[in-house]
Amino acid sequence: MEAKEIYARTERKFSGKVSGFQGDVIDPNFRVEAQAIVEVCRYLRDDPELNFETLSDLTGLDLPKENRLQVVYHLYSYSKRHQIVLKVDLPRDNPHVSTMEGVWKVANWLEREVFDLFGVIFEGHSDLRRILLPEDWVGYPLRKDYVEQEEYDGISTQRAPLVEKLLR
Amino acid sequence: MQQLVDQLIQEGNFPGVPREIVYAGAMILAAFAVLSFFVAPLAGVTSWLERRVWARMQSRVGPNRVGPQGILQWLADGIKNLLKEDIIPAAADKWLFSLAPYVVFVGFLATFVVIPFGSQLIVADLNIGILYLLAVTSLVVVGILMAGWASNNKWSLLGGMRSAAQIVSYEIPAGLAVLTIIFAAGTMSMQGIIKAQGWAPWDWLLFYNPFTFGAFFLYFTAALAEGNRTPFDIPEAESELVAGYVTEYSGMRFLFFFFAEWGNLYVIGAIATTLFLGGWQVPPVTDHPVLLAILQFVVFFVKAYFWVFVAMWVRGTLPRVRVDQLMSLCWKYMVPLSFVCLLGTAGWMVLFPRGNRLASVGMFLVGVAILLQFAKRVRYQIRHARPELYWKPYI
Amino acid sequence: MSEAPHNGGEAFHTEDMTISMGPQHPSTHGVLRFIVKTDGEVMSEAIPDVGYLHRSIEKIGEKVTWHGYVPYTDRADYLAAMFTNQAFCMAAEKLGGIEVARRGEFCRVIACELNRIASHLISVGTFGQDIGAVTPFLHALRERETINNFMEEICGARLTYNYIRIGGVGYDILPETCARVREFLDHFEPIVDEYNRLLSYNKIFVERLANIAAITREDAFQYNIVGPNLRACGLKWDIRRDIPYSVYPELEFDIPVGTGEKGTLGDCYDRYIVRIREMEESCKILRQCLKMLPKGPAIAKVARKFKPPAGEVYVRVEAPRGDMGFYVVSDGSEYPYRVRIRTGSFTAMSLIDKISRGLMVADLIALIASLDVDAPEIDR
Repeated sequence: MEAKEIYARTERKFSGKVSGFQGDVIDPNFRVEAQAIVEVCRYLRDDPELNFETLSDLTGLDLPKENRLQVVYHLYSYSKRHQIVLKVDLPRDNPHVSTMEGVWKVANWLEREVFDLFGVIFEGHSDLRRILLPEDWVGYPLRKDYVEQEEYDGISTQRAPLVEKLLR
Repeated sequence: MQQLVDQLIQEGNFPGVPREIVYAGAMILAAFAVLSFFVAPLAGVTSWLERRVWARMQSRVGPNRVGPQGILQWLADGIKNLLKEDIIPAAADKWLFSLAPYVVFVGFLATFVVIPFGSQLIVADLNIGILYLLAVTSLVVVGILMAGWASNNKWSLLGGMRSAAQIVSYEIPAGLAVLTIIFAAGTMSMQGIIKAQGWAPWDWLLFYNPFTFGAFFLYFTAALAEGNRTPFDIPEAESELVAGYVTEYSGMRFLFFFFAEWGNLYVIGAIATTLFLGGWQVPPVTDHPVLLAILQFVVFFVKAYFWVFVAMWVRGTLPRVRVDQLMSLCWKYMVPLSFVCLLGTAGWMVLFPRGNRLASVGMFLVGVAILLQFAKRVRYQIRHARPELYWKPYI
Repeated sequence: MSEAPHNGGEAFHTEDMTISMGPQHPSTHGVLRFIVKTDGEVMSEAIPDVGYLHRSIEKIGEKVTWHGYVPYTDRADYLAAMFTNQAFCMAAEKLGGIEVARRGEFCRVIACELNRIASHLISVGTFGQDIGAVTPFLHALRERETINNFMEEICGARLTYNYIRIGGVGYDILPETCARVREFLDHFEPIVDEYNRLLSYNKIFVERLANIAAITREDAFQYNIVGPNLRACGLKWDIRRDIPYSVYPELEFDIPVGTGEKGTLGDCYDRYIVRIREMEESCKILRQCLKMLPKGPAIAKVARKFKPPAGEVYVRVEAPRGDMGFYVVSDGSEYPYRVRIRTGSFTAMSLIDKISRGLMVADLIALIASLDVDAPEIDR
C-alpha cells in the first residue's frame, strides 16, 4: 500500500492526532501526537489491510535548534511489504512518551537504548535501565549538547594529546 | 616380583633386615620405577600424540618443535608448568584444594599395580585384581568432587557435580560388563583372565559369545564416560563450564589432572585388552624368557594403545552430549543392556559349560564383517575428502 | 523459585544459584554477559547484559565526514564488515542521489557474498565448537582463511575492509582474483557436503539441537528477529529478493528456509541448517556475478567534499546476521547529522531472556550459537 493511503486511513481514524505527512521524500513519514502513539501503532498493527507485523527500528533524533527530541518508529509489514515512518516530537527538557512494549516486544530493548543515549523516558516501561552504558553514567551521549564527564570511577576519559606528549 | 625379592633375600643380600621392610622397600622402588620410567613418559607421550593426531584431523600441524617431531613437547610442558606460579584462590578451601589433584592422581596411578604387561611383568597379581581396579578408579571421583567443591567457584562446583553423577552412573554398566567377563573367565585375577584366553582372536573373550561381544562396546563406552572423554566430557566442557572442576587450578596441580586423564586413556585400553582382547597372549614362537617377555609386552602395548588412538579419534569426531542425554543413555540403555549381557553369558555357560568353538569363530567372522563395513565407510570419507589428504606421518 | 521439596515432613531450604556467565566465558563469542539463575542444570532465567563492547560508533558518525565514516562502519560488525560498508554507502548514495558504477555494484556483490560465506563459516564452526566438536571449527576456519586471502587481494585488508565506498568500490577486482575465486568455488562446494557429513547429520549434534529453543513466527515478528533466524521460522523472506537492492534482482538464487526437518519449526537445528544452505546459495550468486562482471569504472565520480542534501533515509541490507538497517539523517553539511545502526543481533539478544526459561545450561550455549549473536554488532 502506498504511504499516502496509509496516512489517509490513519488520519481518518485518528483525526487531529496525526499530522505533517511527508510523501515525496525517500521514506514517507508523518508525525503522531505523543499521547496517541500507542493507539496508532496498535491500529497499524491490527488493521488487516495495514498489518504492520514488526517494528524494524525505534530510535531518537536530537534537534536542539527546534528545541525538540524526536522518537522515530520504522514500521514494516512482511505480508503487505510496505513501510511507514512515524515520528513523535517531544520537548528536550522533559521528554516523556508511552512505551510501545505492549504492541511490539522488541520495543523493550530499543526503548532502553533510546533512554540510555537520549534520555527519553518511556512511561510504563517494565525495565527502564541503561543498556549500553554503565548504570552510573552521567548524561545522554547522543544529544548534540552532550559533554563527556572528565572522569568515570576515577578513570580519566580524556586522552592526552599525542603530539604534546611526544614534545614534552 | 615376589619371587625375585624372595630369591634376593635367600641369597643373603639383606642380612638382619626384617622381611616386611625389604618387601616395602621393593614396592616403593617398583612404584618409583613404574612411575618415572613408564607412567610419566606414557602419559606425556600420549598427550603429545593426542595433540598431533588431533591436529592432523583438523588439518593443522600440531606441536612439532621440541625434539624430533615434537615428541619431547610433554617435557617442555611439564617444566613450564613446574615453574609457573601456583595460585590458590583466597576463598578456596586450601587443604582440599591442594589435596584434590593428588587424590585423582593416586586413583589413576594405583591401577598400574594390577595391569599385566606380560606373563611375568606385573607388579602384583592380586586374586581380586579386577575388583581392586574398579575400586581404585572410584577414587578419581572423590578427587574431582573435592576439586569442584574446594575451588569455591560455581563453574567448578557444577563440573564436580556433573562428574560425580556421571562417574557413579557409568560405573554400573562398566562393572556389569566386567562381571560378564568374570563369569566367562571364572576368575578375578588379571593374569587368570588372560590365561583363560588364547592368542588367536577367536580364543579371545571378546568373541566368546554374542553377549561378551556386546559387553565390550558397553565397557568401552562406559570407560570413555568414566575417563571424562569426548563425547562424555561434560564435567570439563570448556564451552559450557569454562573448564569445569579445573577452572581455578594452575601450574603443576593443573597438570596433575591432565596427567591422570591422559594416563587413564592407556588404562582404559589396557583393561579392555586384558578383559576382551587376549592381553599379552602371543603365538608360541619362542621359548627364550626375555624375548618372550618383550614380545608379550609389545603385543599388549600395541593392543592397548590402539584403543587410546580410537579414543583420540572419537574425540576428534564427535560433539558432546548434554547432561540429561548422558544420564538417559546410561540408565535407559546401557544398564539394561549390560544386564542382558550378564544374564546372557550366564545362560550361555549353562548351555555350553566348556564354551562353543563354533560360536566363537562365528562371532569372530561377524567382528571382521563389522570392521570391513567400517573400513569401507572410512575409505568413502577419505576418497571424498577435500582438500587432498596429506599422507606422510611427519610434517 | 519453586516450592521447597518436602522430605519426610521436613522442608529443605533450597535456593537458585546465580551464575554470572561472561563477559569472559569461552562460548559467549566476545564479551556478552548473562546473569543465569539455575536450579542445578536447569535455568530459571538467563538475563542478557550487553554493552561491554560499546564503542559509540553512532556518535562518531556525527563527528567525521561522510567518506571518513566508512572505515568506522567496518568496526560495527567486524565479522561481516562488507555489509556495514554497503549499508552506509547505500544510505549516502540514496541521500545524495548518486548512481553507482555498474561494475562497482558487481564488485560489491562479489565481495559481500564472499564475506557472507566467511561469516557463516565462523558461525557454523563456532557452533560446532560450542557443542563440543572442535574439528569442524578448524575445517571451517581453514576455508575462511582462503576467503580472507581473497579479501586481502581485493582490498588489502583481511577483516575490516573499508572496500565499499560511496559511489562504488575502492579498488577494482582483478581478473586473476576472479579466476582464483572460481577455483575456490570448485573446491568449496563439495566441502559444504563434507561439513554435513561431519557435523550436520551427526546423531549427537542433531539430538543436541532438535526441539531446542524453537522460535515461533509470532515471536519472531514481536521481537523483530531477522535474517537466517527469521527464515528458520519458515518465513521465506530475504531482503535481497524482497526489497531488492544492488544487482540482486538480476541474479538467480534460492532462499533456504527452515522446515523443522529434525524437530520443531524454528529450533536451533533449523537455524543451523539454514546457514549451511545459504553458503551454497552464495556460491551460486558468486558464480553468476563472476560471469556477468561488466567492463567499466568501478566507482562513480563523487565529490571529495560530499554534501548530500538534507533528508533522511532508512536502508536495509541482508547481512549474515540479518537485516542491517542504517538510519542516516543529513542536514546538508559535510558531516552526517545522525547515524543509527540497527542490527539483527541486538534484537535477537532481547529474545534470549524469553525463550531460555526452562532450558539447561548447555542448551543456552546452543541457543546463543544458533542465533549467531555477535558482541560488536550488539553494542556497536
